[in-house]
Amino acid sequence: MSVALRTLDDGAWISVNDTREVSVSELWRFPGGNFCSCDLSDVVVEGFVETGVDGRTVEVRAYGQCIACGAKATTDWLPVGRVVDGEFRDVDRESVLCPQVAPAATAAAHR
Amino acid sequence: MPSDVEKWKSEVYGNDILDHLYEFAEEGWESIPGDEHDAWFERFKWWGLYHQRNGQESYFMMRIGTPNGVLKPGQTEVVADIAEEYATGPASNPEFGDSWVDWTTRQSIQLHWIKLEDVPEIFEKLDEVGLSTQQACGDSWRNIVGCPVAGKDKHEHVDALPVAMELHDAFKGNEEHTNLPRKWKVSVTGCREGCGQGDINDLAFEPATKEIDGEDVRGFNVRVGGGLARNEPRLAKNIDVFVTPDRAAEVAGGISALFREHGDREDRYNARIKFLMDEWGPEKFRRVLQEDFVDFELETAGEDLRDEYSYNSGYANGGHSDHVGVHEQKDGNYYVGLNVLVGRMGTDDTAELARVANEYGSGEIRVTQRQNVLITDVPEENLDALLEEDLLEHYSPDPHPFMRGSIACTGTEFCSLSIVETKNRQVRFARWLKENVELPEGVEDFHIHLSGCTASCAQPQIADVSLRGMKTRKDGEAVEALDIGLGGGLGENPQFADWVKQRVPVDEVPGAIENLLANFEERRNGDETFREFVERTDEETLAELVEPEETSYEDPMMHNTKMTWYPYADDDGMDASPAPTDREDKPLPADD
Repeated sequence: MSVALRTLDDGAWISVNDTREVSVSELWRFPGGNFCSCDLSDVVVEGFVETGVDGRTVEVRAYGQCIACGAKATTDWLPVGRVVDGEFRDVDRESVLCPQVAPAATAAAHR
Repeated sequence: MPSDVEKWKSEVYGNDILDHLYEFAEEGWESIPGDEHDAWFERFKWWGLYHQRNGQESYFMMRIGTPNGVLKPGQTEVVADIAEEYATGPASNPEFGDSWVDWTTRQSIQLHWIKLEDVPEIFEKLDEVGLSTQQACGDSWRNIVGCPVAGKDKHEHVDALPVAMELHDAFKGNEEHTNLPRKWKVSVTGCREGCGQGDINDLAFEPATKEIDGEDVRGFNVRVGGGLARNEPRLAKNIDVFVTPDRAAEVAGGISALFREHGDREDRYNARIKFLMDEWGPEKFRRVLQEDFVDFELETAGEDLRDEYSYNSGYANGGHSDHVGVHEQKDGNYYVGLNVLVGRMGTDDTAELARVANEYGSGEIRVTQRQNVLITDVPEENLDALLEEDLLEHYSPDPHPFMRGSIACTGTEFCSLSIVETKNRQVRFARWLKENVELPEGVEDFHIHLSGCTASCAQPQIADVSLRGMKTRKDGEAVEALDIGLGGGLGENPQFADWVKQRVPVDEVPGAIENLLANFEERRNGDETFREFVERTDEETLAELVEPEETSYEDPMMHNTKMTWYPYADDDGMDASPAPTDREDKPLPADD
C-alpha cells in the first residue's frame, strides 16, 4: 500500500496520508553519541529534515537542540510511528527513542 | 526533483484555483478528497486562506491584503461586519471574546474560524468595497508594505504611495508573476524614518537622491534579499541600483522575473531570494538583472537617507520609533496613532473605529507594521473630541511603554508552525510588567516582540527584547519556554538580536525582563538607550544580566498548548474537538 509521506509547513509537520501527524516542538530523548556528548540527548525538535519508511515504521531525521547541553544538530533516523492497515499510529515519543539505520524505502514512500 | 508543492502548483495555481475553491465551498468541506488535502490547502493560500492547525480541521484563517496598510473610507466597517458574521468559532478567547480582527506586522488583516462554505459570500462583500485576499499568502507577491503615512508625512522624501499602489495593481493577478519559487515580500519606503522596514524584505525600495544629467532626482535605491525566517535572518543587500518612481514597477518586475527563473524550486528551505543572494552576491545579481531582465540601463545607487532612520531602531535620534500619538500631516490635518496591544481588536471595537474615523477624519484607517492603527485626516478642530472618545481609552494614543512596545504573532491558538501560546501570553506579560516594573528614567520606547517559532512573524530579531517559542523541562515536566535575545533593531546599521539566554520557562520570563531592566538601569551611561547599552556590553555579560526568576506572574498555559484542540476551551483535549464541523459549527460525522 502506498503511503503519502511528506513534510509540511516549512518542516513543522510530518503529514501521513494527508493528515498532519507529527509536529515540531516535541521533546525527544534518545541515546546521545552522534547528536551530542550527553549519554541521553533531550532534544527540542525544531524542524523535520527528511522522512522515510522502513517496513511499516515511519522515520524522520530532525533538526533540533539538546536542552541539556545546548548542542544543535540533526538527528539520526528516529521512529515516530507505524502505518497499520493504512492508518498512522504514534509510537510513544515520551519514551526513549531508538535510532534506526537509514530506511531503504525512503524514495518509494514519497508520492 | 521538484518538491510536492511545485508539483501541485504546476497542476493548478493562481487565479485558476478560484473555480475549484468555489466548487468546494458550494459542496462543503467533505467534498475535498481526503488524499488531496495537503495539495488544496497549499493552493488555497494563494487566495489568502490557511487551514488552521490540528484539532481545528475545516476552519481557516483568512488574510486580507491592504496595500501599504491603507483601508479606504468604507472598508473598515465591512471588515468588522465580516468578522462579526463569519469569524466566530466553537469556543471563545478569554481576552478577546468571540470575534476580532488581527492587524498584522505586514499591514494586513487576519480573521480566524472562517468556514470554507462562507468564502464566496465573504469574497463578494470584500470585492464590493475593493478589498481582496488574492495573493495574501502563497508563493507570489504578498501585501506590499511601506510607511503607513505615505503621502501624508510632513517630512517624507518622496511620496511612495502611488508606487506601492502601482506595484499592487501590476502584480496582483499577473500571470507572469503568479507562481514564484516562494513568497515574495516587497517594501516601498519614501519617508525619512525607514518605516517601511525594507531591510527585512525580499525587495526593498528605499528613499534616495541621484544626480542625473546635472539634476537631483528623487527616487529609490534598491535592496534585495532580506528576511527573518528559519534561523536564517538576512538584511537586504544593496544592489547598487537607483530607480525613479515611474520606473520602479519595471525594475520590480525584472527582479521578480529573475527570482521566478533562478530561485530554487527543488528545496523550499533554500527557495527564498536571500539564499540566491547568498550564492550570487549583489554584483552578480545586478549584472544578471541588467543583462537579462531589464530593457534600459540601470542607474547606480543614489545617496540614501539611512542615517536618519529611526523606526524600530532602538536609537533616540529625533525621529519617531512608531506612529502612536497625535501627529500633524503635511496638509495641516492630523493623524492619530492608536496602540493596539498585540494587534488584536474586538469586532465591536473595529466597528467603533470605523465610526470614529468617519466622524472625525476622512474615514480612512491605516495599519502599521507595529500592529497598530492610524485614524488619518483629522482636522485640528476635531482633535479634542476624538481624543475624548471611549475607544481611545483602551486603544490609547499615549500608552504605557510596555503596552506600546508589545508585538506578538498568532501562536498555537491557531497556527500550525508555532511552538507556544503567544498573543494572550504577551497581553499577560505586558500587564504584569506595567504593574510591577519601573522603566529607567526617560525610557519611552522599549520593544518586546514575541514570536511562537523561527518563522518570525512577530519580527523578534529587531526588538530590544526578542522572545522566541521553545520548549524545556521544569521539575521534569515539558513546559513552554522562550529564548531571549537582546539588542536587535533597524536604523542606519540594523542588527539582529543575539540570543543570549535560551529555553527560559515562560513563567520566569517576566522576572527575567524585570531583572534585566534593573541591571540596565544600574549600569546605564547617562541617557543611553537600551540598544546602545547592549551594543557596548559583551554577550557573556548580557547573558548574566538576564536572570530568569519566578515572580508573582503566573502562567496558565505552561503545558503543551499545541496538543490542545483550542487552548482556551473548557475541555481542551484533542478528543474534545468538535472539528471538522459543518457551516454552522456542528460536528460532522466521522468517516468510518
